[in-house]
Amino acid sequence: MMHELGVVFHIMDSVEKVAAENQVQGINKVILELGEVSTVIDTYLQSCWKWAVKKRELFTEAELVVLKLPAVTYCENCGQTYPTVTYGKICPHCQSPDTWLLQGNEFNIKEIEVY
Amino acid sequence: MADVRILEIKQSVFADNDRQADELRRELKEKGVFLLNLMSSPGSGKTTTLMRTIAAIGEKVKIGVMEADIDSDVDARTIAGSGAKVIQLHTGGMCHLDAAMTRQGLEGLETGDVELAILENVGNLVCPAEFDTGACKNAMILSVPEGDDKPLKYPLMFSICDVVLINKIDVLPYFDFDMDKCVENIHMRNPGAKVIPICAKTGEGIDKWVKWLLEQREIWLHKA
Repeated sequence: MMHELGVVFHIMDSVEKVAAENQVQGINKVILELGEVSTVIDTYLQSCWKWAVKKRELFTEAELVVLKLPAVTYCENCGQTYPTVTYGKICPHCQSPDTWLLQGNEFNIKEIEVY
Repeated sequence: MADVRILEIKQSVFADNDRQADELRRELKEKGVFLLNLMSSPGSGKTTTLMRTIAAIGEKVKIGVMEADIDSDVDARTIAGSGAKVIQLHTGGMCHLDAAMTRQGLEGLETGDVELAILENVGNLVCPAEFDTGACKNAMILSVPEGDDKPLKYPLMFSICDVVLINKIDVLPYFDFDMDKCVENIHMRNPGAKVIPICAKTGEGIDKWVKWLLEQREIWLHKA
């Protein structure tokens, strides 16, 4: 929870900068891309967001939309991919540990909807 | 309602912090200050290791310490006893320090005469790994009772560290801690990480660690 709150403030700081550059009056939506194995928990993020929006003028009406990205691991040994959360570090096709995360640790601000 | 627009941002949540951290590193280089970020889980021996480190370095390099805690000054009081310059940073409940907070801490230390600044980060193996503090090098302490499997459980922390100190090696006989396995696990996540076994209590290995630290400072200061 403590982690998510700090993260929410970082998001708001970045969005405020973009808003200032674009003469934004208010924000309807902030859209994030969140990888399945990033260290942030969606529901905690939402609770922190609900608390934090009251503290910042631009955000009072802003909804947080979180788009989930599945985690996929690539196996260097057999060249196949597999779902990270189910199988972890060991490739289910060839049992090699020589694998790396292709996607799933993203934590991006994708876009914002403003007026 | 007025016209609704979509503004594409497409940047990592950490991008702003990363930029601030790079800027801080540039400034530190100009001032000739080397900043070390020291991380670990609670109870691994950060403060004791720091006390040993300060004693071993002595007068060679002027040290300043920033103690980050959620809300206490227990560690800062201990460090103050060593004679090193120390300030307490309270994160106000936050589980990590970011580059902006680190900058404030350095200002509090008045970096003018400090040559080696050490940031004792919040005891936590998860969040501090995600926020670049602006440090020149990242160090972490893993203590024997925590187990040799920690590099597998906290891969990000181990992947960003330049050096891993394995502390409390005096209790190795009492734990199922496989040193070779641990080093292998660390190198699986981070082939470049230097691993130094130490015992902060007895002082074993501290010479190797201090040598590494002072060498890194020289390399960093003279790097183009």
